[in-house]
Amino acid sequence: MATAIEDPPATGEGQKATRAPRPRGEKKLPPRDRLVVITMVTIPLLLVLGLVWLPALGSVVLSFGKWNGFGGIETIEWVGTQNYEDVTTIYPPFWPAVRHNLIWLGFLFVFPTILGILLAVLLDREMRGSRFYQTAFYMPVVLSLALIGFIWQLFYSRDQGLINDVSAGLAARGLPAWPTEVDWYGDPDINLWAVLVATSWRHAGYVMLLYLAGLKGVDATLREAAAVDGASEVKTFFHVIFPVMRPINMIVLVIVVIESLRAFDLVWVINKGRNGLELIAALVSQNVIGEATRYGFGSALAVIMMLISSVFIVIYLRIVFREERQR
Amino acid sequence: MVTMAATRRSVLRGAALSGLAVGSASLLAACGGDSGGGASGSGTTVKFGMNEAEGSGPAYDRLKAMAAAYTKETDTKVDMNAIDHNTFQENINTYLQGAPDDVFTWFAGFRMAQFAEAGLITDLSDQWPIDGMDDSFKQAATAGDDKQYFVPASYYPWALFYRKSVFEKNGWEAPTTEDDFMALMEDMQGKGITPIAFGDKDGWPAMGTFDILNMRLNGFDFHMSLMAGEEKWDGDEVKLVFDRWAKLLPFHQEDPLGRTWQEAATSMGKGESGMYLLGTFVIDAVGDAAEDLDFFTFPELDSSIGADALDAPIDGFCVAAAGKNQEAGKAMAKWLGSAAAADAANNGADAPMIAANTGASTSTYSDLQKKSVEVVSAASNIAQFMDRDTNADFASTVMIPSIQEFLKNPSDIDGITASIQEQAASIFG
Repeated sequence: MATAIEDPPATGEGQKATRAPRPRGEKKLPPRDRLVVITMVTIPLLLVLGLVWLPALGSVVLSFGKWNGFGGIETIEWVGTQNYEDVTTIYPPFWPAVRHNLIWLGFLFVFPTILGILLAVLLDREMRGSRFYQTAFYMPVVLSLALIGFIWQLFYSRDQGLINDVSAGLAARGLPAWPTEVDWYGDPDINLWAVLVATSWRHAGYVMLLYLAGLKGVDATLREAAAVDGASEVKTFFHVIFPVMRPINMIVLVIVVIESLRAFDLVWVINKGRNGLELIAALVSQNVIGEATRYGFGSALAVIMMLISSVFIVIYLRIVFREERQR
Repeated sequence: MVTMAATRRSVLRGAALSGLAVGSASLLAACGGDSGGGASGSGTTVKFGMNEAEGSGPAYDRLKAMAAAYTKETDTKVDMNAIDHNTFQENINTYLQGAPDDVFTWFAGFRMAQFAEAGLITDLSDQWPIDGMDDSFKQAATAGDDKQYFVPASYYPWALFYRKSVFEKNGWEAPTTEDDFMALMEDMQGKGITPIAFGDKDGWPAMGTFDILNMRLNGFDFHMSLMAGEEKWDGDEVKLVFDRWAKLLPFHQEDPLGRTWQEAATSMGKGESGMYLLGTFVIDAVGDAAEDLDFFTFPELDSSIGADALDAPIDGFCVAAAGKNQEAGKAMAKWLGSAAAADAANNGADAPMIAANTGASTSTYSDLQKKSVEVVSAASNIAQFMDRDTNADFASTVMIPSIQEFLKNPSDIDGITASIQEQAASIFG
């Protein structure tokens, strides 16, 4: 590794030496290299423009209109900010959806992350069967969220689900049990939490794997040094190991934000994002997918979602750039 | 996020294509004569879009049997395009504005009329009347401009289903009056049986309850104009419906919002619930109890209105205006409404549907199907179901959440109806 890193500067200096007479800043690339650079910049630029910015801009434009998708663009009726007014005033699912998205972010940030770190630390101790546990905990990550929704339906179903059945079984034997008629997916006060548990089941495995990789990468001498200094295991972890894993922490942070903003599949499989499971992404889909084609209204929702996402993206980018500068 | 990006893209594509499609549709219609090569006959190929995936079950087998019979009878090749049911429904808009098949499976009611109005489906009035198709079906095939755009194929009623053996064992009889109905439900509760199974996790099944209560309490005409956006949702009539529903809710299975219709049907199949208001497709979810099922229509609630209306959604066929082979498509659509087509479908696979064509053979019918024929022909007014009778935007984005809200909180009728009205005003403009 070390030699590989040191090698390029050597050649770089060699090049500098040959080009020495040229003043700095007027470095000109040979035509072929310039062509390559131009191509490599324009193609991604066009892709980004065409696939990200144009559709995004299209959504913004559409959000000021009323259109059911029949006929050409000239059939769009322009209604100004009416869609936004309707969304925020007379559309009952909207505010719950915003709240649910924020709860989602907060929950995912706290519980699965802590659980993931805990699992990673435990598995890192190389106890017996740690490979098995590692696989078992990581397994849900490989499953699609749609499948996870279905799997948990088998647990959560009010009449036929495992959880209520077990409780009924316990109660029948005179053992302490929880209420047998909990409507896990249907009761709007509970179902969001039930879904968050299902999400965490998957997400914790992901976080675990990232931290596990991070822990393996921590220089063993650090631990030894801490041990020699007489630090306890807990202290060593929080004061030495955790700070060293800063890059991993950043990755986990980003993943949490991304996962909670794109939260959609699970609630969509469960009940299409209604009745306590409203999320902005699900509302967008309800309004533009299917025969319900309120393109203007749906676009207004999408724009609002884009704005909320931007807040987090800006915060994230600021942190990243500050880190870069500090380096 | 991926889904959303795709949606935005498809919107733009839809927009781009629609200009082309609308323009080319008239061109194709004009020069369709030579490419169509007459109504039918050897060598012609009709493209047939169907909303059932290959091998997805009886519904697909029936369509396939119809296509095969058509080829056999007229020597027209049928090019089948089988698409998964939900995918077909969700993409219908872009499908019709892009490069659709000539003939495709669709539904009667507002869902058909809105395409007719947008010029996406072909006027079939020159194919009507169809032998064996009576007036109520012609009515159901007619759009706002008094022309027919649809060919009915089959339908099924919504009614209260029950198990004969359970009723016999308890000495119950199908009620015909409101008093009998209430007494029956009281008795069921007394015997520890939930009177009415109920599940609304998917949002649409409870629409059936709203429909029937509205038709019983306010009449068919009011129901239809309410669906068309011509009546107020916060008026006394709609409040009356929710009010009566709130009084009936204690007789329904609790916590409907976490239960699918299949789970509710299972509870009736197991005898834990006495009755279930659903379409005849309920038999798909009751297993062995299917043979034991019978049904009755929802009893009269207001003697000045009677009990002669019900939901009986009609499935059938339309011809896409942007389809390439207009004449051949029309001819096939007409044939699909014939008794021969219905027989081919019934021989192809069993389904709890009944043929719209009165000439169709009933020899393969089960008792349930025979009774369906009886009940539906006795009805003087047939509605299509809320999500087929009204604007799809309104049904799915306003009515589903509102009805679910009502089921969670049945006491806030004023708040819920006011909210529906506000949103209806915004959508229907």
